[in-house]
Amino acid sequence: MQQPVDSSEFPAYTRPEVVNSKVMILGLFIVTSIMLFAAFTSAYIVRKADGEWLLFSLPAIFAYSTAIILLSSVTMQWAYTLVKKGEINKAKPVVAVTFILGLAFLYVQYLGWGELVDMNVFLGGDSSNPAGSFVYILSGVHAFHLLTGLIYILIVLAMLFSGKITKEKSLQFSLCTIYWHFLDLLWIYLFVFLLVNN
Amino acid sequence: MSASDIHIQDHHAHSHDHDHEHEHHELPWIRQYIFSEDHKIIAKQYLISGILWAIMGGLFSLIFRIQLGFPNADLSWMKPVLGEWIQNGKLDPEFYLAMVTMHGTIMVFFVLTAGLSGTFSNFLIPLQIGARDMASGFLNMLSFWFFFLSSVVMFTSIFISTGPASGGWVIYPPLSALPQAMSGSGLGMTLWLTSMALFIVSSLLGSLNYITTIINLRTKGMTFDRLPLTIWAFFITAIIGVLSFPVLFSAALLLVFDRSFGTSFFLSEIYIGGEALSNQGGSAILFQHLFWFLGHPEVYIVLLPALGITSEIVATNSRKPIFGYKAMIGSILAIAFLSFIVWAHHMFITGMNPFLGSIFMFLTLIIAVPSAVKAFNYIATLWKGNIIFTPAMLFSIGLVSFFISGGLTGIILGNSAIDIQLHDTYFVVAHFHIVMGSASFFGMLAGVYHWFPKMFGRMMDERLGYIHFWLTFIGVYIVFFPMHYIGIAGFPRRYYSWTGFDAFNTFADLNQLISIAAILVFFAQFIFIFNFFYSIFKGRVSSLNPWRSNTLEWTTPINPGHGNWPGDIPHVYRWPYDYSKKGHNEDFIPQDVPFSQTPHSNFPHEKDSQE
Repeated sequence: MQQPVDSSEFPAYTRPEVVNSKVMILGLFIVTSIMLFAAFTSAYIVRKADGEWLLFSLPAIFAYSTAIILLSSVTMQWAYTLVKKGEINKAKPVVAVTFILGLAFLYVQYLGWGELVDMNVFLGGDSSNPAGSFVYILSGVHAFHLLTGLIYILIVLAMLFSGKITKEKSLQFSLCTIYWHFLDLLWIYLFVFLLVNN
Repeated sequence: MSASDIHIQDHHAHSHDHDHEHEHHELPWIRQYIFSEDHKIIAKQYLISGILWAIMGGLFSLIFRIQLGFPNADLSWMKPVLGEWIQNGKLDPEFYLAMVTMHGTIMVFFVLTAGLSGTFSNFLIPLQIGARDMASGFLNMLSFWFFFLSSVVMFTSIFISTGPASGGWVIYPPLSALPQAMSGSGLGMTLWLTSMALFIVSSLLGSLNYITTIINLRTKGMTFDRLPLTIWAFFITAIIGVLSFPVLFSAALLLVFDRSFGTSFFLSEIYIGGEALSNQGGSAILFQHLFWFLGHPEVYIVLLPALGITSEIVATNSRKPIFGYKAMIGSILAIAFLSFIVWAHHMFITGMNPFLGSIFMFLTLIIAVPSAVKAFNYIATLWKGNIIFTPAMLFSIGLVSFFISGGLTGIILGNSAIDIQLHDTYFVVAHFHIVMGSASFFGMLAGVYHWFPKMFGRMMDERLGYIHFWLTFIGVYIVFFPMHYIGIAGFPRRYYSWTGFDAFNTFADLNQLISIAAILVFFAQFIFIFNFFYSIFKGRVSSLNPWRSNTLEWTTPINPGHGNWPGDIPHVYRWPYDYSKKGHNEDFIPQDVPFSQTPHSNFPHEKDSQE
């Protein structure tokens, strides 16, 4: 009945955890991110309803970046199953591929911004309109989140190499996988949102 | 053979424990008291910072109260401190606005959010649910140091030559977005936004920890329907924070882009000196929507912990079970839910669609129902109670008084038709200073008086506590009650000077009275501050359970160490409000006493569950 929960420092936490604390903290962090983007996209809708709204179609290149990040989610999940099976050595290159796909995504997003500029849709300045600025903000804040995800992947990769993640001790890997899937889903939401509302 | 094995193991376990004891004593001083991960130390860090900020916020209010009460006075005596902000013996009007802004920001965020939630959520959650510490001590430490950083940035902004942010604590654009608008909207506003971004990070880190700890680390038997109401209040407060602070972050981020990157989210068709700005297509109302989506729940982030603390103190010192425990939880949940769908009642005069206004009015007025449930339950708990008037109890009763008198004006202001008349007058100032400001502040003081013995192992002086209470309680009413009259007369808030308007000169004496009372109330707080610091070192040593209370924190040693309980964590067998139960020889039964030990007082259904 008495199951230690946190560390072995004290005699007996008297009750097992409901959900692993780290998973829960990550989950709640994801909730805060969702609220942040919910605020942005609601602001988008409210502002759009006011009129004086620049109409333009989202560059097709964002469809490619969406495909890339979807693929990276698949590879991340693949690496996760490998780690769960204990095949750490096989998982390492797959995690590396995920990392590279993540970088590729960021690069394609950057190209997408370039295309927006070519279309005369600007973030700021004299001829900017909130319609365009919102696209930069949404993709930019997402890119910042993705950057934190990439750093996390690097940390997890280092832990794979140093043997700190094993079949039995794979919590950090699970957390990273959850976070990465969240970043993927978040972008898909933003992409669909921008397609529907442009 | 086996017996000796056990003996050896025991011995081993013992020496193991001893090693750990040793280890803790060798924690370097800086890890123990500065970069500590212990929830009790972090709570005290929050409390002390909160007190320092409260002194500063109070001082700022005195500066603008002196201007309002004595508009013709020669203020050159403040020149040694304020320097250039005093010109020809007069307060600089922009500095007046800066003081108002800083007073609001400091009190709402730094004192009543960080100082209140930070102190009591950190201190009480592990102690009252029976946990060794927070779910993540490291994140908890990070939370405080983000707050500290945020404080440093805000503090710095007060001393820059262009002055701190001056557009009101609500920082509405375009005032806050354009540096040309006023001097405080330059560097001061940048620092304000930086500080608040750090503050939001700190607050979110704290909330994540509170929620996780309450869900995960409750001791055995501590089910949700046995949680003290303090914990329920902190829990819901943290959830509100997680849902609303990111929205403020989004508003702040868009404002940063408007200020620094030439976007036009909130700016449109603005002329400065006859020249049109290039910004097109923004909406200032949009900012208000985003701001008040945080801003209104923030009211409850500030108030709910104070209400939770009051529930606990009122029940303990009435020696009666809290009246309507489940109704109290239900009303907290209802208030939390409603707090997210009433934000636009701050915006009735923005030109919002009146139909929308009437919906928000309707939702706003519904909040009166759960609020009335709470007020009623406090009074019903006090009714025929065996009341012990400790300073904490007096402050709690004071809170109930403010909650009622300030809440009533909330019903008045919630009506959009009346609000259009009263908006931006002193009536609103009176309303929220009583129901949110003073009530929460009293909750915080009550909490300090009540849990001081647990924090420092010593008692605060009761007589000084009584003097502090009566001066503050009467003072608060003298300060804020006359503001209702001034507000109904149409006296606008945020005005530097009203001497240009003959109609308002009749209120000069009332304004003077308010200012004098405010000064007295401010200095009365030093009685508390003296009592607080004196008692830390010289107070009477506390007993184990000085208030004869039921909750788990009183089962720890007088000065609980790291890990809170030296041995096993106590199990919980009953709810926390078994006061004056018939058939028991004492008027309280702590939560860790099994039903099997109190056969004479048990109700038929009260049996220890079979484990």
